[in-house]
Amino acid sequence: MKTWERFRKSYLLYSFKRDPIAVVSSVVLALLVGVSLLAPVVAPYNTYDTSTFDIMDAETPPSWMEGGNTDFILGTDIQGRCLLSTMIFGLRVSLLIGCGAVLLQAFIGILFGLFSGYLGGKLDSFLMRITDIQFSIPYLIVAIFTSAIFKLAFGVGRYEDLAIPLLIIIIGVAHWPIYARTVRASVLGEKNKEYVEAARVIGLSRWPIMYRHILPNTMTSVLVISTIQVAEAVMSEAALSFLGLGMPITKPSLGSLIRSGFEYIFSGSWWITFFPGVLLVVFILVILLLGDWLRDVLNPKLYKG
Amino acid sequence: MFAFIVRRIIQAVIVMLVISLVGFLIQHQIGDPVRDLVGERVTPAEREVIRDRLGLNDPFYIQYFRFVKKACQGDLGLSFFYKKPALEVIVSKAPATLELVICTSLILIVVSIPAGIYCAIYPKRWLSRFAMAFSTVGVAIPVFLTAIALIYLFGVELNWLPSYGRGETVKIGGWWDTGFLTWDGLAHLILPSFSLSSIMLPLFIRLIRAEMMEVLETEYIKFAWAKGLYRRRVWFVHAFKNTLLPVITVFGVQLGIMFAFTILTETVFQWQGMGFMFLEAVERSDTSLLVAYLVVVGVIFVVVNTLVDIIYGIVNPMVRIAGTR
Repeated sequence: MKTWERFRKSYLLYSFKRDPIAVVSSVVLALLVGVSLLAPVVAPYNTYDTSTFDIMDAETPPSWMEGGNTDFILGTDIQGRCLLSTMIFGLRVSLLIGCGAVLLQAFIGILFGLFSGYLGGKLDSFLMRITDIQFSIPYLIVAIFTSAIFKLAFGVGRYEDLAIPLLIIIIGVAHWPIYARTVRASVLGEKNKEYVEAARVIGLSRWPIMYRHILPNTMTSVLVISTIQVAEAVMSEAALSFLGLGMPITKPSLGSLIRSGFEYIFSGSWWITFFPGVLLVVFILVILLLGDWLRDVLNPKLYKG
Repeated sequence: MFAFIVRRIIQAVIVMLVISLVGFLIQHQIGDPVRDLVGERVTPAEREVIRDRLGLNDPFYIQYFRFVKKACQGDLGLSFFYKKPALEVIVSKAPATLELVICTSLILIVVSIPAGIYCAIYPKRWLSRFAMAFSTVGVAIPVFLTAIALIYLFGVELNWLPSYGRGETVKIGGWWDTGFLTWDGLAHLILPSFSLSSIMLPLFIRLIRAEMMEVLETEYIKFAWAKGLYRRRVWFVHAFKNTLLPVITVFGVQLGIMFAFTILTETVFQWQGMGFMFLEAVERSDTSLLVAYLVVVGVIFVVVNTLVDIIYGIVNPMVRIAGTR
């Protein structure tokens, strides 16, 4: 109850209510996330069950167009699956990979940043050199290369079976340096503050100080970059799937759906590409807008004057 | 300054060694050169002889050392599919990618600088608000969707521009295939380079606007106003000059990222460049070509990054001092 009271009076909620863009985008985001999490319940068809769709229905246009079928509101894809259901399941896959990858990134990055910032010295130079080196290579290149290598190493069949965990690992490992840098910067800022010195004076050892005292104070910046990172992870996943290095078409994410639709765009079946594309853009845009708002609000420099 | 350059070069060499180690590991673990050479119908004993002759039974570090030595001499192995040296295949595909990158950079410069300056000078006008809104949405649109939309609009519906391939090309100097010299080649360049530039444009417009607005607040600009200089002179000569430095740095870094995005653009447009070749190599399990591409791209990145850092170090002494620990 007390937490709720604090939240109700907080600056965060106040500025949230004042910002129509933040309200709209969080509503849209909640809607998308809710629908995708409840995919088996909400979607008209279960697209993972091959008995529910028929290849004879393939490339049915959306229901309002000529030749459309009211059974499939947004038409069907090249395998005769209801496009709407496939998109909902696809969004779920994209979301799962995006969030999983960001958790992994945050884990590696926070570990690096915390150790590097608090312990300092040779370890700091070493860890930061690694971070610098990986930072200098664009993460998308790293992700494309690792997924290509994994695909060769595992073989196409096994790669497609393991696609979700592998993609989480690939995108997670490709894009962690930004966390390491941010966490290190805020640890350096916190390290010499009085509460840390007080903790040291009462005889706490390094680990409790790092985890219980400093880490919570770096969480603001971690939260701010996390929103943008989720958007970028979803985008990287879509890019990898579009290149044929990500999710297989039997369990499509939005990216692989767009890829499969692109092969049919010249024959006029634009909807297989169009609707997943719009969904992907809306999803990413909403996260980015929320991230912008969060950065403006939580960045202490901005609101403390 | 000298120490700074040396440090950067040592770091570059280390990065190259790591990349080559990764490349070597891939070749070592995934490819089987003996199978590529002789096929399936050779007895194990004969295979062993061939393995011995190729030096595949040597200890790991000797093989790695040999790999690096050969790579330095420009020998990155034979492409399994093309039956040619891998480096030769990559060099023959490089002009296509480079032309795409050059064209995209030109579009970036021509569009983003005026747009960014305009948004900074007149932040309240509806046109600059529109440009800012456009750049917010633009960040969220993946490059392949822009590319598909452009193809659908100009290639399929309106049928104005060709939507795949490079069109007619002319050979210069025996190896550089250029599309710049024919109308057909230029027409084929339009859609790919516009879609590739679409990912960078929002970033650059925002960056130039932010830098320019910051510069316009500084003292020396106020002094220039007080002196009664013409508005154009203050904007385009005094303020713009100091906007450029950070923009150039970011441009250098983004050039590397652009290379990553060429893989996506080339796939959509069937553009016969390095990125397209890379994905074909993945599909065909052409390990040596893959490794060669990895090494070549690694060299490009490391060289570009090192040069940008060194140039920035010359221009801005703060970096040199911050780098010393």
